[in-house]
Amino acid sequence: MTYTIEAVGLLKSYRGHTVLKALDLGIRQGEVFALLGPNGAGKTTAVRILATLLRPDGGTARVAGHDVVTAARQVRAAISLTGQYAAVDELLTGRESLVMMAKLRRLGRREARRRADDLLERFDLTDARDRRVATYSGGMRRRLDLAAGLVSRPRVLFLDEPTTGLDPRSRREVWAAVVDLARSGVTVLLTTQYLEEADHLADRIAVLDHGRVVAEGTAAELKARAGTGTIELFFPDAPTLDLASTTTSGLVDHEKLSLRVPGDGSAHAVRELLNLMVRNGIHVDRLDLHRPTLDEVFLSLTDRALEGV
Amino acid sequence: MLRDSLTFIDRGLRHSVRSVDALLVAVVLPVVVLLLFVYVFGGAITVGTQYLDYVVPGIIVLCAGYGAAGTSVGVNTDMTTGVIDRFRSLPIAASAVLAGHVVASVARNVVSTSLVLVVALLIGFRPAGGPIAWLGVAGVLLLFMTGISWLAACFGLLARRPETAGAFSFVVMFLPYLSSAFVPTGTMPAALRGIADNQPVTPVIETLRGLMLGGPVGDHGTRALLWCTGFVVVGVVGAAFLFRRRTAP
Ligand SMILES: Nc1ncnc2c1ncn2[C@@H]1O[C@H](COP(=O)(O)OP(=O)(O)O)[C@@H](O)[C@H]1O
Ligand SMILES: [Mg+2]
Repeated sequence: MTYTIEAVGLLKSYRGHTVLKALDLGIRQGEVFALLGPNGAGKTTAVRILATLLRPDGGTARVAGHDVVTAARQVRAAISLTGQYAAVDELLTGRESLVMMAKLRRLGRREARRRADDLLERFDLTDARDRRVATYSGGMRRRLDLAAGLVSRPRVLFLDEPTTGLDPRSRREVWAAVVDLARSGVTVLLTTQYLEEADHLADRIAVLDHGRVVAEGTAAELKARAGTGTIELFFPDAPTLDLASTTTSGLVDHEKLSLRVPGDGSAHAVRELLNLMVRNGIHVDRLDLHRPTLDEVFLSLTDRALEGV
Repeated sequence: MLRDSLTFIDRGLRHSVRSVDALLVAVVLPVVVLLLFVYVFGGAITVGTQYLDYVVPGIIVLCAGYGAAGTSVGVNTDMTTGVIDRFRSLPIAASAVLAGHVVASVARNVVSTSLVLVVALLIGFRPAGGPIAWLGVAGVLLLFMTGISWLAACFGLLARRPETAGAFSFVVMFLPYLSSAFVPTGTMPAALRGIADNQPVTPVIETLRGLMLGGPVGDHGTRALLWCTGFVVVGVVGAAFLFRRRTAP
């Protein structure tokens, strides 16, 4: 058993609409793994299958060594799920919620209270512990939701879009909590629509589009796959820009009077491009180099996936 | 399962105490309805005895409907928010969450019934039944409330949205009006009377009335017990089935 979470050829469709098309995943012990994809990519479906809430139409998945279909109970004992929509009980206080979860995890009354208080402290909710959750901010709810998933010290944690809908400050709070968790050695599968989030939190990222993994690797590997980046040339006036755009293909920006040409930042590529301009008698004011961002990676990968359909 | 049920019952009771509007509906509204019937309509209705004595059992049964509406909504809210996913991802029988709702529902009913009885006594209700009869009253009421609460849970599991689930209360609140709760069925037109005499609420009310006022219960007792037991059985089996269907992986 090399993977803590392993999915092979997972299939799922709803009334003829295929949501997962042979999804494969392999996540190692202690890894923080991000499933990155736009709305409707199939992230929640994948997480629900792995967390035993949904049965796949085909394929197999094992979590913490147990099959998610035939050994659901053993899987549930090892995992914890924080769903896409905060599952907090508005009418209970934060402390009551955690004590309840701890009792459902078979902790005794005293142990349950101690665990609840520890978690409230850890997620910075001690001051609000006796207030009803209805009065909590979005970030506090999410943190409580995370805490509720941790009463049993799970080996595997599923976080479905843990920061969607949160303001930037709350997002950073949740990030800090996840980073903290990762340090404690738990295996985390999180889903997100934000590249920045995957980049910040995950050791490895799988880009999911239309129910298929279209790319997988570390953030750096994915960026490298996106190609080379661009060289942006700036010109003194519009006629020069127009002339330049006839000599080489690139993205014209009339406001900035610039032309973006694909190319890595190597001295060779820059010299070639400038030589071309000089040969055509075009004056270049200055230039900028653009490294590829994860956003570009994402766009290029998902575009490719779309073309493949 | 028992332990988890206790945890969920604790949750249900806390919910009951904190959802102020539901609590008002379940506890205060029955008292208001009692006063309304006694002081507003009562004067115009002749039933042979003091109207207050006649109407108390009907009001109590009416309360069970108000209380159960909250149960449907509560169950449905759990099913339609992420709450149920979280419980289902635990190594427990998640259906125990239903027991929490049902027990809390019965508890709310017990409180509202007691309140109705206290107010009724204060304004002149004079029951004649002895302690054994009152034990019978408690037994029939508990069975009835339990049955109604499980049926309410079924409704909550069937409905797509909490607003729809709330409609359960209409059904349960309507039945007492078409029964001997407020007027003897003998005063109704033949067609309505046929319905009123053969629907479950009438024997329950007649049994309660007989026991409370020391009058004859007749075969109403058996019919009431059969109906209530039927409600409990259908409610529990139905809820188990619907829960499985709704949470099928
Ligand atoms: N219960 C369902 N019935 C029908 N279609 C569904 C159901 N659940 C999800 N889908 C569809 O499956 C696709 C993927 O959904 P989801 O897994 O929630 O994506 P994501 O979490 O990545 O946004 C969407 O097109 C969605 O409409
Ligand atoms: Mg989703």
